[in-house]
Amino acid sequence: MSRSALLVLAALTAADCAAGPARAAEIPPAERRSGFDTMSPDIQAMQRDGMSNPGLLWLEDGADLWTKAPAPDRPACAGCHGEAGTAMRGVATRYPAWDAESAAPIDLQGRVNACRRRHQGAEPYPYESRELLGLTAYVAAQSAGLPITVPDDSRLGPARAAGRALFTQRMGQLGLSCAACHDDHPGRRLGAALIPQGHPTGYPLYRLEWQGVGSVQRRLRNCMTGMRADPFGYGASEFVALERYLMDRAAPLPVETPAVRP
Amino acid sequence: MARTLINVPKTAGAGEIVTIKTLISHPMETGFRPGADGRIRPRDIITAFTCLYDGETVFRAELFPATAANPYLTFTLRATRTGPLTFTWRGDNGFTQTETATLTVT
Repeated sequence: MSRSALLVLAALTAADCAAGPARAAEIPPAERRSGFDTMSPDIQAMQRDGMSNPGLLWLEDGADLWTKAPAPDRPACAGCHGEAGTAMRGVATRYPAWDAESAAPIDLQGRVNACRRRHQGAEPYPYESRELLGLTAYVAAQSAGLPITVPDDSRLGPARAAGRALFTQRMGQLGLSCAACHDDHPGRRLGAALIPQGHPTGYPLYRLEWQGVGSVQRRLRNCMTGMRADPFGYGASEFVALERYLMDRAAPLPVETPAVRP
Repeated sequence: MARTLINVPKTAGAGEIVTIKTLISHPMETGFRPGADGRIRPRDIITAFTCLYDGETVFRAELFPATAANPYLTFTLRATRTGPLTFTWRGDNGFTQTETATLTVT
C-alpha cells in the first residue's frame, strides 16, 4: 500500500471514530422524513392507491373483527367503542400509552389484546396473527394522515428513557446500535439497502420482503437479527419502551397505516 | 374464502375504456422454499384468472410460482353494454373463488 493510501485510510478511520459516539444526536423535528419519501415511485404508488395496497386486505379483516362479538354474551369492539372512524381517530398517534391496570406502558397491539382479555373475556390473539395485525391496522388506519404526537404523560418518562438507552446501546456481535445507522447515517447505504431514518409511521405495514403485513416488533426483531443480537421476545417491555421512544422521535410525521415498504 | 378487493367503475359511457383492478389474498407459496422443519413446502399458488363480461371472456391470465403473494391484477376493457363481470381465480389444492360486479353502461 502506498503512503498516500495509508494516509487516506488513517484519515477515514479518524473521521469514523470522531463520527461514532459523538454524532449520535437526535434528528431535529423539521428534518424528520418518513421512509415513504425514499421509496421508489412504484412502491409509493402502491401505498397511495386505495386499490393496489395489499395491506387493505388485512384492514378488511380488522373491520370485520371490529363489529364481530367474540361470544354471544360479550360485546364486540364496536359494542363499547362504536364507530371506529370517530372513536379510534387519533388513537394511534399517541400510542404506546400508559395502562393504569397493569401500571406499565402498552402499545396498540397490547391494548387490543388487553381489551380482549378484560372486556371480551376472550383469549388474546397470538403475536403476528392475521387477526391481531388486522385489528391493530384497522384501528391505526383511522389515524392515517394525523401527526404523531408526544403524549404529555410523566408516567411514560421511564419508558422513554429506557427506549432511548436501547436505541443508542451497542448490541450484538457486530457492535451496532439503532442510532449507529438511523441517527448517524440515514440516506446512506448498508449494502444495497438505503438506510432510512427509522420512523415507525406506518405500522402494522405491508412489507414486500415479508409478502404480508407485520408489526413494528417484527421489524425490530429483524433489525436485531441483522445486528446479530438476540432479539427480544414479542411483547417484551423493551420493545414497548423502544416503540415509545421511536414515536417521540418520529413526531410530528403523519401516521401512514397501512403503509407499504420494500 | 380468500378476501378480495375489486374496483369496477359504477357506470361508464358506451364505448368507454374502463380500468378494472383486482386484489386477492393468497400466500402464493412457490413450492421451492423450505419450511421451519427443513422440508420443502408444497406449492400452493393461483394458476389461472379469468374475467367474463356478460358471459364473454375479456381477460384471462395464467400465473406461475414467481408471482408475488396477494396478486394484484389490473386490466382494461371497452364498456359496450350493461352486464355482470365475473371474476374467477383457480389454483392448487382445488382453490377456486368467484366474485361478481356489475358494470352499468349509460
